[in-house]
Amino acid sequence: MTRIKTQYNRRSFLKVSAAAGGGMLIGFNWMMSCTRAEEKPAIAIPNEWFEINGYIKIGDTGMVTIYNPNPEIGQNVMTSMPMIVAEELDVPWDHVVVEQGMLDSDAFKNPQFAGGSLSIMLGWEPLRMAGAAGRRMLLEAAAKEWGVAVSDLSASQGIIKEVNGERSIGYGEIASKAVGIEIPEEVELKDPTTFTLIGTTQKNVVGKDIVTGKPLFGLDYQREGMKLAMIVQPPAFGMTPTGFNQEEIKGMNGVTDAFMIDTGIDSELFGNVSAFPKCIAIVGDTTWELMQAKKAVRAQWETVGALEDSRMHTERMEEVLRSGTPRDVRRDGDPEAAFARAAKVIERTYTSPFQAHNTMEPMNFFAHVTADGAELFGPTQTPNALRDLAALLLDMDKEKFSVGMTRMGGGFGRRLYTHFGLRAAAISKQAGVPVKLIYTREDDMANGVYRPAYASTYKAGLDENNNLIAFSVRGTGLPEGAIFPSRFPAGTVDNYLAENIMSETNISTGAWRAPRSHFTAGAEQSFLDEVAEAAGKDPIEFRLELFERAKNNPVGEEHDYDAERYAGVLKLVKEKAGWGTNTPGVFRGVAAYFCHNSYVAEVFDMVQEDGELKVQKVWCAVDCGIVINPDAAANMIQGGVVDGIGHAMYSQLTFENGVPQQQNFDRYQLIRHSQAPKEIEVFFVDSDVSPTGLGEPGLPPAAGAMASAMYKATGRRVYNIPFATDKPPLVG
Amino acid sequence: MAKFNLNINGTQREVDVDPSTPLLWVLRDHLNLVGAKYGCGIAQCGSCMVHLGDTATYSCMLPVSSVGNQKVTTIEGLSENGDHPVQQAWLEVDVPQCGYCQSGQIMAAAALLKQNPNPSDAEIEMAMNGNLCRCGTYVRIKEAIKKAAANS
Ligand code: FES
Ligand code: FES
Repeated sequence: MTRIKTQYNRRSFLKVSAAAGGGMLIGFNWMMSCTRAEEKPAIAIPNEWFEINGYIKIGDTGMVTIYNPNPEIGQNVMTSMPMIVAEELDVPWDHVVVEQGMLDSDAFKNPQFAGGSLSIMLGWEPLRMAGAAGRRMLLEAAAKEWGVAVSDLSASQGIIKEVNGERSIGYGEIASKAVGIEIPEEVELKDPTTFTLIGTTQKNVVGKDIVTGKPLFGLDYQREGMKLAMIVQPPAFGMTPTGFNQEEIKGMNGVTDAFMIDTGIDSELFGNVSAFPKCIAIVGDTTWELMQAKKAVRAQWETVGALEDSRMHTERMEEVLRSGTPRDVRRDGDPEAAFARAAKVIERTYTSPFQAHNTMEPMNFFAHVTADGAELFGPTQTPNALRDLAALLLDMDKEKFSVGMTRMGGGFGRRLYTHFGLRAAAISKQAGVPVKLIYTREDDMANGVYRPAYASTYKAGLDENNNLIAFSVRGTGLPEGAIFPSRFPAGTVDNYLAENIMSETNISTGAWRAPRSHFTAGAEQSFLDEVAEAAGKDPIEFRLELFERAKNNPVGEEHDYDAERYAGVLKLVKEKAGWGTNTPGVFRGVAAYFCHNSYVAEVFDMVQEDGELKVQKVWCAVDCGIVINPDAAANMIQGGVVDGIGHAMYSQLTFENGVPQQQNFDRYQLIRHSQAPKEIEVFFVDSDVSPTGLGEPGLPPAAGAMASAMYKATGRRVYNIPFATDKPPLVG
Repeated sequence: MAKFNLNINGTQREVDVDPSTPLLWVLRDHLNLVGAKYGCGIAQCGSCMVHLGDTATYSCMLPVSSVGNQKVTTIEGLSENGDHPVQQAWLEVDVPQCGYCQSGQIMAAAALLKQNPNPSDAEIEMAMNGNLCRCGTYVRIKEAIKKAAANS
């Protein structure tokens, strides 16, 4: 057992309320989902609820409500985070109902955001603490009731028992007696080997609501008296509106207001990214009427910046790679001298275009701003940043905000940025009504916060005995290179150089699922495949040799990864995929990558089908520490693989005169059913290490493994995303 | 504006809307049926799928004026208790990630199985290619469709 200090102070703790209602109705809805669909609800609806802390409410029947603190973007924290609380509280999972929490840092003591694959990693201790504190308090209440010591009692599966006696009592019965019990200063956490819920597969608690089409998402959000709003943004990056046919638009059917807004904020706070602080807003009654009004807008645009195009972007990155000044440099040994004496030098340049997030649910947000306060509700990965920026925009005290999160139709980093929430707030303030702002797909795709374009040149030097004696990577991107100076193969090569060079652009960019790793993994891993081939070595053995070096005699002061665990996933995937067997007509590739503190190795099998190369089967080996909910975790990795394939093979966003040339799914290609693998098997390394990232690490290796398999099939290597065309983007 | 009498999930519903309004927005904005989603508005993603008669149809590009007296079924009306074999299979396989595309996927799958109770892999892919899933749940969708076919 681990003893940890609880972070609750008296104020935040044990305000036991005997109020029913509130969450109860919602609780009832969720209840069916927490129990297996085919089973009856395991427990009666309570008459009274007792609040243990921000996470836990216990009903008098023993039903327990657990609040999920973090935004749900499809990574399934609605299920996995409450599972962690329930484990330490020690309550049967089918007694648990789950609700989404509001933004409330005091109640949750946990950073409430969905980004960097950090929810479980950062929430691990606060969630366990909340559950363990609850268990301890119920034990104290029972001890007091029976006049015995806490050490004479045990708590398990929602029941407290006397260790050497007859008496037992349910959590529901004792909950009312816990009123007044104070939060313990220290709690004991379970030994992970005694977990009974963590590590077992539990169905998505929202599954039933999803498959029956319940209102869950921001776009479904409704409020009494609410109006809808849409925006018209500049047609090109580098432009801003100066005016529009306001009176004509205001006179249209179903339009109640139209005006310009400006949500530009001078702040370095994370999430404050928008290429278009100014836009036109239209408020009205129905979506379709607003869409017609959008079409009728005649705006005056002013050009205030460069109107960039893809040819310019490609040339700029080529130029910067040739002659730019690097920063973030890591240098081990003497790479120049080692390349000069190498028997073989291989040098290759890899590129990737801008890509859009394209969450399936376009951006939207609800806002109700009055002189007394502001309510913001909707799909955001960063409710905290949104609240802080909205407070600056509206010049209103943070305490006056109430911020809620709906389920999100995807995130992928797009909803880390806050401009849609800020725009909703600005529109509500100006129109004086509660509004839900909705982006069309075109609004969403043409004015994104994109995955940057990249170009990296990799270079390897082999000696006469085919040992890797020198390695360098020089990368740029718009605006920065995808370079991690101390990741693999740093630490494995005597002479090593990594350089990152900035380039300029006015296209807004930001975090996109596994930022930079998504590109780096594909480039580096397919490059290493080529180097292994030149060295006459098996690609897995070649990598394992390098990891041996990093383990036994690492080069340089430090590197970011644990070579043992890295090698571990490669060995596991090698075994599971039966690496080394050759099946005619099946083309294999392998890749491994470390990011978000987790290790993933993938083997791809590709086949020719109807004249097209397709991924038939994928094996994934994953080391992300303790796995909370194994089948849901596998779903995440499978999704990452499909996403990785799609964005390596098909997707790109190009520009002409500042105008994105793809604004909807007719021209922007996303992977579809027939292009996805037939089967993806996922294997987790058995581990007692605290959990690490899962939402992102499955994606990066896919591009590398696929590129290597494609080479086996065609004899030609691909260097430019999208692989389907394998050309750096020029125009249109 | 014009009045339309629609047969939605077995009930007659009257709406007074611009005749060009796509069925999707009639459902979502006027009838409070939000199970069909908006993803692209141009018949490219399948988030908005409903059944027109027995056929899976993109509701985002179907003007309400052309629905006539054809029966419309939305995800809300696919089964009374959420226990259509396709919905059950979806829960068994635990398909959804974000879930946004899934009502469209389920409607497309239900229409497919009605016409072809035992589809091959290629037939599933062909029928489902109009439904994007940005989260990449395709492998599980295929598994769930096969499970639903086997169960019914
Ligand atoms: S919204 Fe209808 S197909 Fe995309
Ligand atoms: S589950 Fe998210 S788009 Fe399909």
